[in-house]
Amino acid sequence: MAAGKTTRDYSLVGETTRRAIETGLASAEWYHTDVSRKAMKELMQRSDGPAIRDTIIWIAAILGSAAGIIWFWGTWWVVPFLFVYGMLYGSSSDSRWHECGHGTAFRTRWMNDVVYQIASFMVMRNPVTWRWSHARHHTDTIIVGRDAEIAVMRPPDLLKAGLAFTGILDFRYSLPALVRQAFGRLSDDEKSYVPEMEQAKAVAAARWHVAVYMATIALAIALRSWLPLVLIGLPRLYGTWHMVMTGLLQHIGLADNVVDHRLNTRTVYLNPISRFIYWNMNYHVEHHMFPMVPYHALPRLHELIKHDLPEPNPSMWHAYREVWPVLLRQLRYEDYYLTRELPPTARPYRGEFHDRILRAAW
Amino acid sequence: MAEWVEACAVDDVDEEDVIRFDHGNRTFAIYRSPDDEFFATDGFCTHEKAHLADGLVMDDIIECPKHNGRFNYKTGQAKGAPVCVNLKTYPVKVEAGKVMIEID
Repeated sequence: MAAGKTTRDYSLVGETTRRAIETGLASAEWYHTDVSRKAMKELMQRSDGPAIRDTIIWIAAILGSAAGIIWFWGTWWVVPFLFVYGMLYGSSSDSRWHECGHGTAFRTRWMNDVVYQIASFMVMRNPVTWRWSHARHHTDTIIVGRDAEIAVMRPPDLLKAGLAFTGILDFRYSLPALVRQAFGRLSDDEKSYVPEMEQAKAVAAARWHVAVYMATIALAIALRSWLPLVLIGLPRLYGTWHMVMTGLLQHIGLADNVVDHRLNTRTVYLNPISRFIYWNMNYHVEHHMFPMVPYHALPRLHELIKHDLPEPNPSMWHAYREVWPVLLRQLRYEDYYLTRELPPTARPYRGEFHDRILRAAW
Repeated sequence: MAEWVEACAVDDVDEEDVIRFDHGNRTFAIYRSPDDEFFATDGFCTHEKAHLADGLVMDDIIECPKHNGRFNYKTGQAKGAPVCVNLKTYPVKVEAGKVMIEID
């Protein structure tokens, strides 16, 4: 689909923001597939069991690979341990942050909170500001001027998207942001989605994070070794690739400024290892439509509603092959996007509704 | 002026569940606790406009379906981000199999 050339303003406090609010794109009512209350109640049920099991495996794998790094430090045998540790620290922390932020991983609240705080540190995110930015992401998914978590903006910066796999850009943003927040300064964008009563908490959280990084640097200097930093902080660089590889596919190349997650979100089938690392967030349309459903119930939700959703990409490779030509075309026509076909059993997209809103918004 | 209004029949609400009740231009949520008591609150989350009746009841907690904000539905207390403002609660009584709430 292509329309006239426009330039998007992704600021959260600009003219686009004002228009999104005025036209009803912000805080809109979104499309939901019909699911009976009985079925939804069953799917929403919380349980500590699956997350405790997964967290024990997760922590054991982190500690085991960290022990391997320490043991084999200075030899080539350290490389496979770095690979595993980096992926667990720099990538799987994202999904733990996400699921525990929703409060759906565990039934017991404090368990969600503890894992949320640990994972936030690992993924180098302020646990307060990011909780609020993610709430906004769910309210206004890929609404330009409102969503603070749009990974690839239009026209796409392909170099930036490629560098994201190395973690360099995220690192360059995340660490200075934490330092800035530790000095008590929130950006205008952050202030737009973090309520005033929560802003002091954001500053306090940033100070804790920065304090741990400073202690790690001090230890590295004292030991005259990179090892402390390889274990704390730097995995956000060398282990982030899996998070980016899976996370980019959530929305890239699909529509913006729509109120139907089937149009702006993608579900991709993954192998079991990636699903463990990603905690089933590959069922992303399902997650956005029903964020109350815990990660372990998403495959069941998928089976229940897939008749109403575009067919999932059968693999990451398939999804990237599908999206690559879309990105190339967006370089010239930023309004172009991929509309994924619905099966005959699905309710149609709300074309008239979106056209009316888009005309008003642009 | 406060008035008692029939919200639903006792059997309309499952144990540890919630239903929506609209009255005039207002919407409410009617809860049945695991120990078979009834409670009523405003129907919308105080964070954003989402019907709490689509959420999940766990013990004393109602969790909003949109951002998983949690309230104690017995007291209305907001239990932490992203909900910061308490929920308004209403007196409830059960008479002849009907759940009545007092609306001001």
